[in-house]
Amino acid sequence: MIATLIDLAYLVAASLFIVGMKRLQSPATARQGNRLSSIAMLIAVVATLFVAKILTPVEMLLGMVIGGGLGALMARRVEMTSMPEMVGVLNGLGGIASTFVASAELARYLSLSENTASTLVAVPFDVPIGITILLSILIGTVTFSGSFVAVGKLSGKISGNPISFPGMRLLTILMAIAAIGCFVVVSMNANAFPAEVQPVVWCAIGLVAIAFLLGILLVIPIGGADMPVVVALLNSYSGLAAAATGFVLDNTALIVSGALVGASGLILTKIMCDAMNRSLLNVLIGGFGGDEAAAVEGGTSMDGKSINETSAEDVAIMMTYAEQVVVVPGYGMAVAQAQHQVRELADLLQAKGVRVKYAIHPVAGRMPGHMNVLLAEANVPYDHLYEMDDINGEFDTTDVSLIIGANDVVNPAARHDKASPIYGMPILNVDNSRNVVVLKRSMRPGYSGVQNELFFHDNTRMLFGDAKDSIIAITNEVKELE
Amino acid sequence: MLENLIVFVLASFIGFEVISKVPQTLHTPLMSGTNAISGITIVGALMAAAMVGGDWAKWLGFAALIVAAINVVGGFLVTDRMLQMFKKKTTEKSS
Repeated sequence: MIATLIDLAYLVAASLFIVGMKRLQSPATARQGNRLSSIAMLIAVVATLFVAKILTPVEMLLGMVIGGGLGALMARRVEMTSMPEMVGVLNGLGGIASTFVASAELARYLSLSENTASTLVAVPFDVPIGITILLSILIGTVTFSGSFVAVGKLSGKISGNPISFPGMRLLTILMAIAAIGCFVVVSMNANAFPAEVQPVVWCAIGLVAIAFLLGILLVIPIGGADMPVVVALLNSYSGLAAAATGFVLDNTALIVSGALVGASGLILTKIMCDAMNRSLLNVLIGGFGGDEAAAVEGGTSMDGKSINETSAEDVAIMMTYAEQVVVVPGYGMAVAQAQHQVRELADLLQAKGVRVKYAIHPVAGRMPGHMNVLLAEANVPYDHLYEMDDINGEFDTTDVSLIIGANDVVNPAARHDKASPIYGMPILNVDNSRNVVVLKRSMRPGYSGVQNELFFHDNTRMLFGDAKDSIIAITNEVKELE
Repeated sequence: MLENLIVFVLASFIGFEVISKVPQTLHTPLMSGTNAISGITIVGALMAAAMVGGDWAKWLGFAALIVAAINVVGGFLVTDRMLQMFKKKTTEKSS
């Protein structure tokens, strides 16, 4: 009876997760959707407390309070600019949680052989159980170490350059083979476990080490420019890890939720790949894109062409008398924390009758949709934000495109230069607008390490300096123009 | 095992259907929100921690509980924080 009720509670939770995710389809209902999901989680947790006839309520509460407290603290402290790192850390923790649960399950089988006083009916350890436990350990640990490498790259603690060494691909392949070997050995020894402890336990421990290394080896050769893809992919892995744990515990709630998350991460991965016109395989083995800092300090000329510098005053005049201004934000804006100043400038221009729109490239920033969040933080109404396909046709009738710290997503070389590493990537066609103003610190190329020919166009003007200072200067000049 | 596999595949299809319609604007909250959902592992952690087993099983379960709780609470709260910003403007605009 109780078991049926608990299963029903899991069904309710799973349904609420789906409804909650569906509500995320519109900004108006999204918050409610997130709340529904969290209620679903509460239902699942409470139901589980009944299943397990808690023997150590104090420890259990302690664990939840410690973990929950840390989580709440992180959620409150994190800057919107660091959201990709936050998501990366949480992905990693979700992964390692799966590893812990699968390991605990293994340890339980071990203790069952010594102590038969279990509250749960012991299912014999067989091949499917062995494989699901190992799968949970493998996916969970790869997610963990891979996520933390990604976090290191996102925060600049690890170089954003693709890191590679001789024999690395071979090592990766060897590790993958070793992982498969663990599965084979455990399958062969499953029926003897737990009486015959050694092979299974050593394989599980070995797999943790292999998977840990594999996670590092998989992410470290991927360049910083591809981080949106990596973050999305790891998100998918963390879901798969949860689903694998569900198989281990024979728990529907975990399987359904894990599958939902896995699918969601996979879709985002695909969207990010499409946005860069590259295949997932290409991203994973590519090694494309590096740090701004590591790129060559570019000169002021390219093929003998020179750039036009401009002043805040000129930009202010140009924008004040424009009919339409399109702002193209990039990671440079995020780094300078200039989103609030940008909104202020936009408000001022709008008050003077200028139409201001924001053009958002799908891979602007460090994770899918990152730029939208930053602008939302600065209270930019989301109906002023336009996705690439919706705004690209409008640049012909745009007077000024204001590019704030974006590089690769506006580089026309992607359209015609077959030699360029970003060739074929869909870009924002800002070069079609009457004037282009680029706010940038220096002539350094962007995350992909490619110099941007847009900067050398006749209708492009460069305004060097910190994006925040430049925007403030322009805003002050606009105010003067009464 | 087969039943679980069926559930997994069907749930994946539902996931694809539901998620593919989420606009780009909400991709970051979507990601942190689904991430919190993947913290459903907390259910597994609770089960592992509550079972009578050796010390190893208990401590591994306890460790799982802590990290999963970080994932769940941190994930939902940070998603809410983001979505709050999206929400605020609709009210501002309508006023």
